[in-house]
Amino acid sequence: MTTSPADQTSLEQVAPIVEIRAMHKWYGDFHVLSDINLTVQSGERIVICGPSGSGKSTLIRCINRLEEHQRGQIIVNGIELTKDIKNIEKIRTEVGMVFQHFNLFPHLTILENLTLGPIWVRKTPRKEAEEIALQYLDKVHIAEQARKYPGQLSGGQQQRVAIARSLCMNPKLMLFDEPTSALDPEMIKEVLDVMIDLAKEGMTMIVVTHEMGFAKSVADRVMFMDYGEIVEQNKPQEFFDNPQHERTKLFLSQIL
Amino acid sequence: MTTQAPSKRAYLKPPVTEVGVLGWLRSNLFNTWYNSLLTIFVIALLAWLLPPLIRWGFIDSLWNSSAEACRETDGACWSVIPNNIRFIIFGFFPSGQEWRPTLAMVLLIGMVIYSRDRSRWKRSLLVLWAINLVVMGVLMHGGIFGMPSVDTAQWSGLPLTLMLSFFGMVAAYPFGVLLALGRRSDLPAIKTLCVIYIEMIRGVPLISLLFMSSVMFPLFLPEGVTIDKVLRAQIAIILFTAAYIAEVVRGGLQAIPKGQYEAADSLGLNYRQSMRLIILPQALKIVIPPTVGILLSAFKDTSLVVIIALYDVLKTTKVALSNPLWTGYSTEAYIFLALLYFVFCYAMSSYSRKLEKELHTEH
Repeated sequence: MTTSPADQTSLEQVAPIVEIRAMHKWYGDFHVLSDINLTVQSGERIVICGPSGSGKSTLIRCINRLEEHQRGQIIVNGIELTKDIKNIEKIRTEVGMVFQHFNLFPHLTILENLTLGPIWVRKTPRKEAEEIALQYLDKVHIAEQARKYPGQLSGGQQQRVAIARSLCMNPKLMLFDEPTSALDPEMIKEVLDVMIDLAKEGMTMIVVTHEMGFAKSVADRVMFMDYGEIVEQNKPQEFFDNPQHERTKLFLSQIL
Repeated sequence: MTTQAPSKRAYLKPPVTEVGVLGWLRSNLFNTWYNSLLTIFVIALLAWLLPPLIRWGFIDSLWNSSAEACRETDGACWSVIPNNIRFIIFGFFPSGQEWRPTLAMVLLIGMVIYSRDRSRWKRSLLVLWAINLVVMGVLMHGGIFGMPSVDTAQWSGLPLTLMLSFFGMVAAYPFGVLLALGRRSDLPAIKTLCVIYIEMIRGVPLISLLFMSSVMFPLFLPEGVTIDKVLRAQIAIILFTAAYIAEVVRGGLQAIPKGQYEAADSLGLNYRQSMRLIILPQALKIVIPPTVGILLSAFKDTSLVVIIALYDVLKTTKVALSNPLWTGYSTEAYIFLALLYFVFCYAMSSYSRKLEKELHTEH
């Protein structure tokens, strides 16, 4: 490596945060993802929708290697995902993930849930990690719950904690895997509001969701997947007003 | 939402038959005709059994007499215990040196009690334990500071039982956890090794392991090399208990939802961190009840070391009873021994319940 630090930073600005080339994935014999090509630039917000079983969750889970792909390339933050566990950990450190079922750590308090990553992975001093955690809890409007355990919070509150937990790692990219699907209707808005705030601040986000209102208001690109393929992607305006494919039209007519 | 003002409505007392002693009796002992029948039957049974038992144990009994005096009474001869207590507790430990195992036991039990409080689980506690273990070892073994050396063959009675079971549990637990993790490993070699180990050990009785450690194992050692018999028994107990703990812990690991592993992974935690910080704390908590079951039986199973001629507290009691003076009073001696075992077992299980309560965070 002979490039100077200045060159590297300029390179990073140009290089996409996620680049997926001709990626395929199988579950046993089942071809779950087929020829996926996707480039995500830093600061972009992408919403992926599609019927259940279309592979959209699997796709974003490939990006932080919760699922392994079998063919093609996935490059995240300049590092290619291979079996190399060190690289995988490096990528996961920079990529936040929010799950459908929150997956908070039930044996730890909210504050401990938030500081765990920074303390053990980023090696942030405890005191500093706690200060940052409280800031993010404040941001998701839940600072007063810091000493409670996840089991004492409502679903919406838990999901906001989960978002804050990812943010504490100061990620370059956030993945959302159906973040509102497990929530009671009255709690969906509080989570979406947090996500909209996040988008406004310029966070790079890839969101699997059926919340089309959210897609319309914040997405740079909406992507429709079906049978493990990316069928169509477009700016939200065009995507919703003028879908190109029959399958997209059918899907939109069913959910809107 | 109720719109009625609370003061407007009369708060009635529940019917007399529902609360208080009468209510309790009614709902617990006489709630159905067969329960009533059972209650009456049990009361009759107790009335028939208890008086003679109390008479035997407390009224006609002798507490500190000679063996001759015992022959004259119909009651219990508790005297068998104080008269033989030295041998029951200390066995063959040289007389005049009993203060050494006593102090060692006090240190051990004291340290265990001190360690009950989770807020004390810090690095300094480990140091304290290390110091105490060395002191205990010196006390038991002697040979320095003017204490005559005591060969491990002379370690017996309660100190031996406590030592074998305490170190058995403390070493078997982490070893069992490692085996459980190994059995779930992605690396085929480690996984196979752990499966073979666990299944082989669980496939044989502890007695045969003890027997092998005592009789067969020395045959494989090179000439001149000997490993202490107590140590060999100790290792056999550890190996045996660990295999059972491994399977219980594996059950706990399987009970942790996949989402917990994924959440830990997606934070960038490595395997060791995610096991140590996320998975094991939850898994081990779930399996506290069965783990304690295994530890309790490990504690009681130490009495099997008698098969390789180690004199644990059960064996020393038997030896004491083989004295013609005291034969015939085994009931009293074994009741005493049962109480002794019970105290330790109960302490363990009540602590485990306390721990479960403290660790409960799912509201």
